[in-house]
Amino acid sequence: MAELVKLTIDGRTIESEKGTLLIEAARQNGIEIPAFCYYEGLTLQAACRMCLVEVEKTPKLQVGCTLPVAEGMVVHTDSPVVRQSRKGMVEFLLTNHPLDCPVCDKGGECELQDMAFRYGVGESRFLERKVHTDEKQWSPVVFFDAPRCILCYRCVRICDEGIGVKALGVANRGVVAEIVPNHHDHLECDECGACIDICPVGALTSGIYRYQTRPWEMEHVGTICTHCSDGCRTTLGVRNGKIMRGNNRDRSGINGEFLCVKGRYGFDFIEHPERLQSPMMRVGDSFEPISWAAAAEEISRRFKAVKERGGKFGIIGSNHTTNEENYFLAKFARQGLGTNNIDHHRTGDLATFFDALSGRNDALATTADLYSASAVLIVGNDLSQQHPFLAYQARANVRHHQAHIYTVTSGPVREDNYSVGSAANVEDLRDKLKSEKDLVIVFGDSVQGDALRKLVAFGDSLGIPVKYVCLVDYSNSRGAFDMGVVPRDGGMSIDQMLAAPDLDVLWVVGANPLKRGSLSAENAFVVVQDLFLTETARRADIVLPAASAYEKSGTVTNVCGEVQKLKQALKVMGAKTDLEIFGLIAKEMKLNLGIWLPDKVFEEIRKNVRGYNVPLPVVATGGAAPTLPLNGHVAALPGVIQSAGDTLFTSGSLSKYSKILNAVMEAPGGLYEGSKER
Amino acid sequence: MALYNEPSPLETRIVSKRFGLPNSASLDTYLATDGFVAFRKAREMAPEQIIEEVKASSLRGRGGAGFPTGLKWSFVPRTSPKPKYIIVNADESEPGTCKDRLLMEYDPHQLIEGILIASLAVDAHKGYIYIRGEYRYLIDMMDKAIAEAYAKGYLGKNIAGTGWDFDLYTHSGAGAYECGEETALLDSLEGKRGVPRMKPPFPAVAGAWASPTLLNNVETYSAVPYIIREGGKAFADLGTPKNGGTRLVCISGHVNKPGVYELPLGFPMMKAINEVAGGIPHGRKLKAVVPGGSSCPFLRAEECDIPMDYDTLAKLGSMLGSGGMVVMDETTDMVKVALRVMRFYAHESCGWCIPCREGTTWLRKILQRMVDGGGRREDVAMLGELSKNMLGRTFCALGDAAAMPTISIVEKFAEDFEKYIVPEAVLV
Repeated sequence: MAELVKLTIDGRTIESEKGTLLIEAARQNGIEIPAFCYYEGLTLQAACRMCLVEVEKTPKLQVGCTLPVAEGMVVHTDSPVVRQSRKGMVEFLLTNHPLDCPVCDKGGECELQDMAFRYGVGESRFLERKVHTDEKQWSPVVFFDAPRCILCYRCVRICDEGIGVKALGVANRGVVAEIVPNHHDHLECDECGACIDICPVGALTSGIYRYQTRPWEMEHVGTICTHCSDGCRTTLGVRNGKIMRGNNRDRSGINGEFLCVKGRYGFDFIEHPERLQSPMMRVGDSFEPISWAAAAEEISRRFKAVKERGGKFGIIGSNHTTNEENYFLAKFARQGLGTNNIDHHRTGDLATFFDALSGRNDALATTADLYSASAVLIVGNDLSQQHPFLAYQARANVRHHQAHIYTVTSGPVREDNYSVGSAANVEDLRDKLKSEKDLVIVFGDSVQGDALRKLVAFGDSLGIPVKYVCLVDYSNSRGAFDMGVVPRDGGMSIDQMLAAPDLDVLWVVGANPLKRGSLSAENAFVVVQDLFLTETARRADIVLPAASAYEKSGTVTNVCGEVQKLKQALKVMGAKTDLEIFGLIAKEMKLNLGIWLPDKVFEEIRKNVRGYNVPLPVVATGGAAPTLPLNGHVAALPGVIQSAGDTLFTSGSLSKYSKILNAVMEAPGGLYEGSKER
Repeated sequence: MALYNEPSPLETRIVSKRFGLPNSASLDTYLATDGFVAFRKAREMAPEQIIEEVKASSLRGRGGAGFPTGLKWSFVPRTSPKPKYIIVNADESEPGTCKDRLLMEYDPHQLIEGILIASLAVDAHKGYIYIRGEYRYLIDMMDKAIAEAYAKGYLGKNIAGTGWDFDLYTHSGAGAYECGEETALLDSLEGKRGVPRMKPPFPAVAGAWASPTLLNNVETYSAVPYIIREGGKAFADLGTPKNGGTRLVCISGHVNKPGVYELPLGFPMMKAINEVAGGIPHGRKLKAVVPGGSSCPFLRAEECDIPMDYDTLAKLGSMLGSGGMVVMDETTDMVKVALRVMRFYAHESCGWCIPCREGTTWLRKILQRMVDGGGRREDVAMLGELSKNMLGRTFCALGDAAAMPTISIVEKFAEDFEKYIVPEAVLV
């Protein structure tokens, strides 16, 4: 426990940790000291002067955001002189700020409006001409309206300190000083939009959201991003059944307000015109729409026939569908169809990972551990490209706790900028790591099988507490493995299924194995559940339109094994959730697989799946519940394990159908070659 | 080298003693006139003794703030394992001030010797002279002097055979008044945008490249060789108690003989105007005086019968500042003066903090409107009120520097605003 000091704020005696900034000490005790430039977690600026307060025995007003509390300090945050000072600041700010609130995106959730309301005066004394410059577009997602800018430098700092990109700076001086992008008239960056969300006014606006809606017209739905496996919470603003924006300004979830370009903008695939809206059956070389009932009947008939004659099923699950769907699909395969031929696109060697760490209670790192560990070792992954939130956590750790980052990658990565220098060889690295207090090792798909066991042995040799993250690609890659969508007990892996000439049924749920591979069994009956007519769906006999993660409830498990709840934001006409589709087919086949409601299935998961007996209230209230460590042997699985090597701007077929992810100049084929790490 | 102005017999020439000598900027002239005597003496002294001597001189910073120099030197942790830097603030930008340029032009080696003595006091081996961008020609002159010092063994390794090493460089500013503020200067020196830093930490502890840094004005360093050579007390005795030594006063405006004059502290202001600077032309009457650069509150004529020292000016609510004294006669229109001053500050505000960025421009626009014929009675009070909303609330002293003269003009010269008040002012 740090040393406490006693001070008085507005006549109240409070205790606060020594060294706490006055503005924070006041906030912790329910006393608001207003500020624009002060932002928790970012460097101090003392530029906006809104937080000036009176401290007894000092001649001038003091800056609340940079002043550490001290024993015996007597502070007045609401005295006449402080009130007058704030009034003056708001008045200064409004001199050149356009009063276009009625059409400004930020209207209603603008900090300058709030400050003017609370601390400002009702009328303007400014008679002069305002400084005006025209609005600029810096990228498809970032627009800048300089006159609205109050120069709090939050955007500059979040881009530099938070994201590690440094794409924003300041040009000119005095009243014409303005924020500028890194490439003269445009941005070349992560396009994450963090600068837009952190802007207290409407100076930075989002290309997809601007002039579309008023904030209060939207319903705000907190759910989990469906792209990479980091499990960021994104709060979707929904109006009239359309997602208007994604952000996480309420800092709910493990990611605080961090989101990357995919989490903030990459939801527009749901309204792509090529989205499937009706079940379809192959007739010759083309597809004919059919009813759900007819589709279920046909599938049931074909499945039953194959099952009765002991034919060969191949089932490929998804790493984007929910735990409930994955669990139900695995159950459908094993109990309903009597097959172990079930797999999904595996992107990390989780089987060896759990086996090597079996019985250890504190070897699985959570996303929070990346922020608190004294050292992080990144092996074989371009973290900023493939796991932007994990990279953000590590960066914040360096910034706030002076953590040490070590990188072992085949090419340069952004983390090199923060790393404590490279090691000459393994022994050198070992010596360096031995002096750390604790360590998190994050590794990519190149570490599998024996290499993974060797990495754990290396961790054991350090003599310090070590936790691990086995990186996987997609929003529920981890859940697909945990729920048993894997070829256990002699089942066939994806490559084996595709290669088997005698495969009778291939059932693909939210996956696109035929994008690269080809199906050997020419006569196989192929059923595909997907959002789009993918390469695989084109080969199908029956295609069923599935709902995306934003259109369903359930749970997903992120790369660190944290279970979180999806909340349905909207419904898209024609599509059904995969769970509903499974239920429909099961019903038609008269299989008794239990009730197919997400909550009921989750109950079953908590009882039956190892590690998933997580506290229900945590998950139900939108928290992240880490799965429990496993104890016991986990058998190795056949088949290939390979990451798709997505970048910040790709996400399998979802990104292919996202207009915005393809519009930015950093998109595939644009500025960058793509990720260096596979 | 010809002098810019004729010296006055009333001067006490200490730092300017070589001004006007033939080839005064050459090292030979410098060595022939007590040059590097002080450095050799200081080399024999303990660092604490050097600092004590500077303290005894009661020398105060000549850049404007007037902080006791010896005290500042004592703040530098000389045992720190980090490199320590000597920085010279030659960003002379205060309107009315033109003395540092003469010190560099006429006597650069005195500055170099002062820097070297400071380096002994704080155990530094590297120094930078940050010269304002507009002083292009001075950078060349200073570079020439530095090259000469290197060539003759007064910079570099084993200086003057004493075993002391020191490297000195010039660095050009890019034309920002703000970079005369010491922390903005450091950011600019490091290649960043010139905006002030938060204090603490003060530069003495974490200055250039986060290392202990001693940062003083050109004139401050230039006074050091005399102090060490003749003793701190000798320097202190030139002035009045607590206001030691002499300083260069730059007298401009409505005087017959404008120029830079070295006067002891405590020298009577009226004597400086009427005798040193030759009085006001055409027999006109004095109206106002800017005592130490445009940042200082203006004085009315009747306030000017005072000795020029830090304490007396402080009592009057003004400052001795950087020594830029501007004399204004009875024909001066103080509203236009206020506008000219505010145009400067609005142009130079770095934009970092809200009150300075918005306030200076707003004040400029109000004054411009008044001068253009759109003045209203309430504008006068508003000028004062807006200035007070800036005063003491800005990030650095630039906001204060803009507010203080404006407040003094509004309060002391209210009658000048009358003719600009148009009852039926039509506002565009």
